[in-house]
Amino acid sequence: MSAAVAPEPTIQIQELRFRYRGGEFALSIPELRVEPRERVAVIGPSGSGKTTLLHLVAGIALPDAGRIRTAGADVESLDDGARRAFRVRRVGLVFQEFELLDYLSVLENVLIPYRMHPALRLDGEVRERAHDLAAQVGIADKLSRLPGALSHGERQRVAVCRALVTHPDVVLADEPTGNLDPANRDRVLDILLDCVSKTQATLLTVTHDRSVLARFDRVLDFAALQAGGPSTP
Amino acid sequence: MSGPLYLAWRYLARHPIKTAILVASIALIAFLPAGLDSLVDQSAARLTARADSTPLLVGAKGSALDLVLSGLYFESDPPTPVSWSALERVAESGLAEPIPLHLGFRARGHPIVGTSLEYFDFRGLSVAAGRLMAMLGECVVGAGVARELGVSTGDSLLSSPESVFDLAGVYPLRMRVAGILAPSYGPDDRAVFVDVKTAWVIAGLGHGHQDLRSPEAEAAVLSREGERVVANAAVVEYNEITEQNAASFHFHGDRSGHPLSAVIAVPRDEKARVLLMGRFEGGDETVQVVRPAGVMDELLDTVLTVRSYVVAAMRSVAVATLATAALVFMLSLRLRQREVETLVKIGAARGSIAVLLASEVVFVLAAAALVASVLTLAVRHFGDAAIRALLLT
Repeated sequence: MSAAVAPEPTIQIQELRFRYRGGEFALSIPELRVEPRERVAVIGPSGSGKTTLLHLVAGIALPDAGRIRTAGADVESLDDGARRAFRVRRVGLVFQEFELLDYLSVLENVLIPYRMHPALRLDGEVRERAHDLAAQVGIADKLSRLPGALSHGERQRVAVCRALVTHPDVVLADEPTGNLDPANRDRVLDILLDCVSKTQATLLTVTHDRSVLARFDRVLDFAALQAGGPSTP
Repeated sequence: MSGPLYLAWRYLARHPIKTAILVASIALIAFLPAGLDSLVDQSAARLTARADSTPLLVGAKGSALDLVLSGLYFESDPPTPVSWSALERVAESGLAEPIPLHLGFRARGHPIVGTSLEYFDFRGLSVAAGRLMAMLGECVVGAGVARELGVSTGDSLLSSPESVFDLAGVYPLRMRVAGILAPSYGPDDRAVFVDVKTAWVIAGLGHGHQDLRSPEAEAAVLSREGERVVANAAVVEYNEITEQNAASFHFHGDRSGHPLSAVIAVPRDEKARVLLMGRFEGGDETVQVVRPAGVMDELLDTVLTVRSYVVAAMRSVAVATLATAALVFMLSLRLRQREVETLVKIGAARGSIAVLLASEVVFVLAAAALVASVLTLAVRHFGDAAIRALLLT
């Protein structure tokens, strides 16, 4: 009788080393594993390199050494075009500053991945999914508005929809509640965690806000992570 | 519309003022040289057409350009006059048909052209209302004059007094409007035509007054010596020529000495033209014969040289405008750097981002090209009509 094969982690980092070009900052992570559907928060002070970690996982930045495997792909081995295609299909990104395009409506912002990469095809099913997501996060009545007409909380909800509309395997959130007041912070976090659960995506969030850590399956201290230390349960 | 094109379109639509300014400035700078070229060409063609259709112009020696501008376009001051004998010389040569032109007087701002009926045939002018002048004191007005002054056949026009305070000077003549010409979209539209004798009456070379032999005029008689009657200041001079007093109008002096501003000479053929020009080429000759087309060509050469400088200046401005537009695009790109970074992070294809940014430039240039083309076509189609309207007014 053979032993059950453990599922491959959604995010796996081994002996990662990264240094900004011409910069002093260096990042070193001996090991990191994030399991499928796991919801992980990385806590650490501002400027410690948490955002860089997300960029490396998403293939936005490339490591100087080590291995990064995200959603079954060796990110560092892909060329630029393949990394972009991988990112737009398999990774959803949520930013602290929302990063919505102010000249597009809410619906058009949600559908941007489909308009900006030929690997994705915008059809009725996708539009329906966008409407469903908008309904889930409570902005269904604001789809034709411009981002400038929305509150911060609403804008971040739009960003969550944009990150999830492609049905990604991994959602990477960079301080998703950093710009929100406590009420909106809790609401957005509820929505993000709920949507991620429904889509069975893996969530890796970086934050410096300790008040939200209890909502995650696992919390990683960024300093300990770099030193190869244990995660905080 | 594909994704990046749609986003480019949405960006431009979201910034309509910036887009409109860019489109308008690029369109204008593209249109102006071509539009100016087209307008100048059409104006030049219209100017030269009149000169081309006037084979020869006879006038006093002096500036050929002044003679042509005055004799053909009724512009500038009338040139030094020649005498009627110049016309007789042309006629007697048998080489050309002469048409007299007397200029210098005006009626409510419009030039009075003293000529003969042959002028209307020569210029191909037709009467839209009434008839051509048939008797002394009648006038025919151009379409532009009729429109501007609101006169119609049967109305009167008063020639402008040349010197209001000169008691011995020329008095205004009331002219009856016998006809109105159809528009010809040239200088004739702005002129008042009279018989050359009527022009001489305005000039004071001919006049009409009460019959001093009649008993009613006794008070105006200073002395009588046989057939010779001398009038005093009480004699009534007519300032309007009517059927009743037309017979009293008469000219003093030898007609061959009466002045003309110019004579249009219509030679029988090319040989006659050359021969006629040769006859007026003597060193002591006081009369010159000019070929208006040649004179206008020289003038237009100067105008066209100026135009080439203007067009060159416009092209420099165009380069500066395009450079400014490029700067605007680059600054816009810098302002949108964060947007581009976001698209890269999301995973937008490199080609899609390039198409997004490039298509904004292409949309603006295409819109500007469209506007410039429409304006250029409009000038080509309606430029001539606009020039005509300008000439008519």
